[in-house]
Amino acid sequence: MTTANPSIDQTDTLPLKQKLAKTTAIQRRRAFLLTLPLVLFLLISFVFPIGQMLFNSMHNDKVSGVVPKFAVAIQSWDGQGLPSEEIFEIFVKDLAIAKKVREVGRTAGNMATRINYEMPGSRSLFTKSARKVGKITEGPYKEALIKLDKKWANPQVWLTLQRASHDIGPSFYIAAMDMKYNEVGEIVQADELYQIYLNNFVKTMWLAALITFICVLLAYPVAYLLAILPLRQSNLLMIMVLLPFWTSLLVRTTAWIAILQTEGVINDLLVYFGVIGEDGRIQMIYNQTGTIIAMVHILLPFMVLPLYSVMKTIQPTYMRAALSMGSKPFNAYRRVYFPLTIPGLAAGTLLVFILAIGYYITPALVGGQDGLLISNLIAYHIQKSLNWSLGAALGTMLLVVVLIFYWVYNRLIGIDKLKFG
Amino acid sequence: MINSLKKQIKNKGRAYAYLALCTVLVVLITGTAKAAVGFLLIFGIPLFFMEKMPAYATLGERFTRYMFLVFTASVLVFLIAPVLIIMPLSFNAEPYFTFTDGMLNFDSDAYSIRWYLDILHNGMKDPAATVGWWSDMWNNAQWIRATRNSFFIATVSALIATFLGTLAALGLSRPEMPQRALITSLLISPMIVPLVITATGMFFFYSSIGIAKTYTGVILAHVTLGVPFVIITVTATLSGFDMSLVRASQNMGANGWTTFRRIIMPLILPGMISGALFAFITSLDEVVAVLFIADVEQRTIPRQMFSGIREQISPTILAVASILVVMSIMLLTVLELLRRRSERLRGMSPG
Repeated sequence: MTTANPSIDQTDTLPLKQKLAKTTAIQRRRAFLLTLPLVLFLLISFVFPIGQMLFNSMHNDKVSGVVPKFAVAIQSWDGQGLPSEEIFEIFVKDLAIAKKVREVGRTAGNMATRINYEMPGSRSLFTKSARKVGKITEGPYKEALIKLDKKWANPQVWLTLQRASHDIGPSFYIAAMDMKYNEVGEIVQADELYQIYLNNFVKTMWLAALITFICVLLAYPVAYLLAILPLRQSNLLMIMVLLPFWTSLLVRTTAWIAILQTEGVINDLLVYFGVIGEDGRIQMIYNQTGTIIAMVHILLPFMVLPLYSVMKTIQPTYMRAALSMGSKPFNAYRRVYFPLTIPGLAAGTLLVFILAIGYYITPALVGGQDGLLISNLIAYHIQKSLNWSLGAALGTMLLVVVLIFYWVYNRLIGIDKLKFG
Repeated sequence: MINSLKKQIKNKGRAYAYLALCTVLVVLITGTAKAAVGFLLIFGIPLFFMEKMPAYATLGERFTRYMFLVFTASVLVFLIAPVLIIMPLSFNAEPYFTFTDGMLNFDSDAYSIRWYLDILHNGMKDPAATVGWWSDMWNNAQWIRATRNSFFIATVSALIATFLGTLAALGLSRPEMPQRALITSLLISPMIVPLVITATGMFFFYSSIGIAKTYTGVILAHVTLGVPFVIITVTATLSGFDMSLVRASQNMGANGWTTFRRIIMPLILPGMISGALFAFITSLDEVVAVLFIADVEQRTIPRQMFSGIREQISPTILAVASILVVMSIMLLTVLELLRRRSERLRGMSPG
């Protein structure tokens, strides 16, 4: 062959293997280039902002931004007794400058807020002292400052300042874990009254698990019915699953308010049928019950659809074979049918749990006080209390939990297997 | 009618007898005849729809089957009832969220369309004016403004999401795609990451580059949230795609763009359209990102509903909700038609 057609050997100096590798490389690059615009877009609009938020949860320069020289100087203090006269002097001068410059976001008030997170009740100490600090013009600065407010003689103030002078630190994670620094700077459990976040995390997980469990209980029979009915009928019933799925979240939440409130449809029916008296109307919304009912309703289709798509592929002959071999119906179901549905069950369970754990709107609207989830606390810190670092720390913890479950989901099922309708 | 009743009695006569017995028992226990209505609604209807069991089925099997139907029927009612119940409630003449006695008696005075008119009037300077009514409504009515915002934001973000998403899906479904699993899970993650976290991150970042509280910011956020849906639907359409068609087209001398326009695009168009619809509806329904990023200027329908539910709850919200339900019914129909068309197209292609 080679002698008959020498031109091939002359022009194609590369062996076939290398040429193939080259072509594959080009095709790989082409495939990747197609995804590149979206990957870049998401990196900028989605991944980077979240990364920045993670950084915010560790980073807070409200002390070093206001009293920069002091933030450096205080690091040399060994934490015994009170800092030296020299450090006091730097502090007073830094504070006086901050008072004069009044840069937005860099005022004594900002620093006071930051310290107040860790030492509740210390806010006024800073704002008051900042107002009067200009009067201190000469040493000894330590005595002058303590004369201004005797709280400055409390070593704990200085310990907290020293800690907060680090721009990067775990203090917001410590707060998010319901812990705090005690008088000597050790990490201890916060007072019972302030233990909100871990409890809320546990509550969120527990509610999400409960909602997932209820969804399994309700969805499994429905998916089974849809799978065994003839296509015409099952398509008709499928509309009853898909219509709520495609209806606006707020519409469904509104509907549940109309149904569950004390003057609502359910209570009216119960009164009509004489189950309860006119004065015994049940409070079913603006509490945990309302959150659970509305969220089960909203997330149920996410459980029915994966279950249905798996059950649809199970041959009815399997069950018949088991039955004809003398199995009791329940045993046949338990040992043949149920194991086959586990992939769908896993997909639905993980999906519902992941979505439930980060839910915000429904609990915010119908949750009242005790139905609030961790997302609501995060939103509260971002929008109302403006403790952004703490909100970001809580968000990071939630994100880690969700990503772990997402990873498991990808491992077990693969996100590309997901389908709608 | 008579025949089907006869068949019912013939096939399930005994079951009906048991049901009647139970109904009597329920009435006796509760002491009110009303209870019979509720009992029959829950337990009677499934019996009517229950199929004939084979002759060898035991009583226990029949009963299990029947209870299974009662249970699934209740779950389906639980799913659909809330969506449907708001429609009659939205025609309430009174400012309540509940059925009045008049409504239950089908008194025509108890029904009105005042809440639908309120959608138009709310926020208008002078709803009674005859001159300039239209422009007043178009520019000042709160719900109309929200609707315009919603549709503008949803349309633009659905278009961008469909464009970027389809490109990426084309790449992802190529067999040579490197790091497919990693990139797919990255592209779908906006659907998985809790909205509050996404919205918080975007709020900080968009504020720092000055596009928070602008249409650009909201649209970028909605593109991000809509993209996973486009990826999922278009990838699903491409999963049955016959790559030999592309090779055939290239063989006949078509360049990449012509191949895409004449061969790939017509085949994946149903997937693209349903992806676009998904992205559109996601944006139309999205409220968390809007809460964080948007200003009063960019209020959308869900944002307006959110504050409506929180602050001044009135049946206007039910009227808006009913319109949205009708919209989702139409959307569902379109999606179903597209799905059928896609299946037909793919069924026709060889292989």
